[in-house]
Amino acid sequence: MLAIFGPSGSGKTTILRAVAGLYRPAHATIRCGSHSWTDTRTATFVPPYRRAVGLVFQEYALFPHLTAVRNVMTALSHQPPAERQHKAEALLKLVHLSEQLSRKPHELSGGERQRVALARALAREPAVLLLDEPFAAVDRSVRRRLQTQIDSLRRTLDVPLVLVTHDFDDVVRLATHVLLLEHGRAVASGPISTLMSRPDLSWLRDAVGLGSVFDARVARVDADRGLAELTFDGGALLAPAGHLQLNTAVRVRVPAREVVLAAIPPTGLSLHNVLPATVAGVHADATFEAVVVQLTVGRVVLLAEVTRDAVARLSINVGQRLHALIKSVSIDLVAADADDTNEEQ
Amino acid sequence: MDWAALRISLWLGAGTIAILLPLGVWFGRLLAVRDFTGKLLVEALVTVPLVLPPTVLGFYLLVTFGARSPIGQAFQAVIGHPLPFSFQGLLVASAIANIPFVVQPIQRGFEAIPSDVRDAAACCGLTPWQQFRRIELPLAWPGVLTASILTFAHTLGEFGVVLMVGGNLPGQTRTLSVAIYDRMQAFDDRGAGVMAATLLVVSVATLMITTALSRRAGPTRG
Repeated sequence: MLAIFGPSGSGKTTILRAVAGLYRPAHATIRCGSHSWTDTRTATFVPPYRRAVGLVFQEYALFPHLTAVRNVMTALSHQPPAERQHKAEALLKLVHLSEQLSRKPHELSGGERQRVALARALAREPAVLLLDEPFAAVDRSVRRRLQTQIDSLRRTLDVPLVLVTHDFDDVVRLATHVLLLEHGRAVASGPISTLMSRPDLSWLRDAVGLGSVFDARVARVDADRGLAELTFDGGALLAPAGHLQLNTAVRVRVPAREVVLAAIPPTGLSLHNVLPATVAGVHADATFEAVVVQLTVGRVVLLAEVTRDAVARLSINVGQRLHALIKSVSIDLVAADADDTNEEQ
Repeated sequence: MDWAALRISLWLGAGTIAILLPLGVWFGRLLAVRDFTGKLLVEALVTVPLVLPPTVLGFYLLVTFGARSPIGQAFQAVIGHPLPFSFQGLLVASAIANIPFVVQPIQRGFEAIPSDVRDAAACCGLTPWQQFRRIELPLAWPGVLTASILTFAHTLGEFGVVLMVGGNLPGQTRTLSVAIYDRMQAFDDRGAGVMAATLLVVSVATLMITTALSRRAGPTRG
């Protein structure tokens, strides 16, 4: 899943609408697989109804005069009429809405409407599924459940997803790739772990703070101590166990300002994580008082925000071996496999 | 009771709707979803018949469709007689006088559809015609219904334009409202009273039917 992340008004939704064919850019090339959808040089423009896209709108945009199942059937016109009802019901079952088939949108809750919209978008058998701020209009508890549901859909369906969001939480939870937008310009793009380990993204730093993101597995859960051991490519971390389950995937975010550097491994500290690390880069920015140090731990890159003074005192240089100190409680965790399929009440 | 006048009134109402509704749906939707230069002027022109005194409207229609104008001559060539003071002339005049009553409610009806819903229809793979037929028209239906009622009611009650363009020819252009006036002029209070009551009953019945229809359409907003 690609997340398009940026502040309001940065052009995120416009990109999505251009992909769907709802917006005709002055200069653009939009290709999907081998199909050219928009190419202003050759005056190619495939209208939206001939593009295999599923779009989930921010405000759902369900057809208010049609029941849930009819809403989904509307997107099944490429199927033989006899099969549409059955297919629509199956899709609504997929999003746990079997009980609400014959309800109209105004009889559904916000989260239920969102899931009808999702089922309708999937009905098209899209080559790409576009999600425009899909969680902006639902409350927090519903939001978590929808995120989990979309994440598990992403794993089961073989469809590329594009998520537009201004909420960093969505990015960390769902994205595998990220495109950062600012004032209509792409600031950076790439796999989330690569992008989040870049020290030079000042906009990201100011908006949400720098911090590396990587995937790990729960190797051990120590219920007595309330800790879990997370193994990643080349190392291990201790983190609060919370609801983590053994042998499940977990996404880890280590905020750069929570990482402390030490030349020699300290003793007698309360913290759990002392990771041997190698300095991969030192990034000083004239507009920023701190220095961002890039560290490799195994194959994972960590970022640490330290003062100029600290860099001078430890004489931090590329290639130097240090110890990264991380408090277990300062690590952000997203359990990816916690598939919460409970029906919404 | 002037049955011929009642028949002409009802035919005129139905005929005006039949002519104007398809045009109104097309044009109302156009005004609702498109932005173009001169839209303000077009909207003003559409509304003009609403604010113009019926006699003034009738005067211009007579001038436009009279035997001396090219348009009038073209009509005469097609239907075989001059347009003014004929039922066809009345129909044309009534259609023009009712443009705002048809276009405005329909335009509002289409404007009430969120643009996201229209976009969603396109993203569902519906062709423009299917989008219109299956999504937009059902949602704009209350506006179309209102347009029909207003047009019908307005046509039944129209007096100035009818008298100017149609005159008062029994069995051809004498509508019920003109007949009522005619009876009053002849001091036939009873005849006028019967016809006025008939118009009242027809109007109430029309309203009841449309209310029932719009109820059946059910709540459509989600």
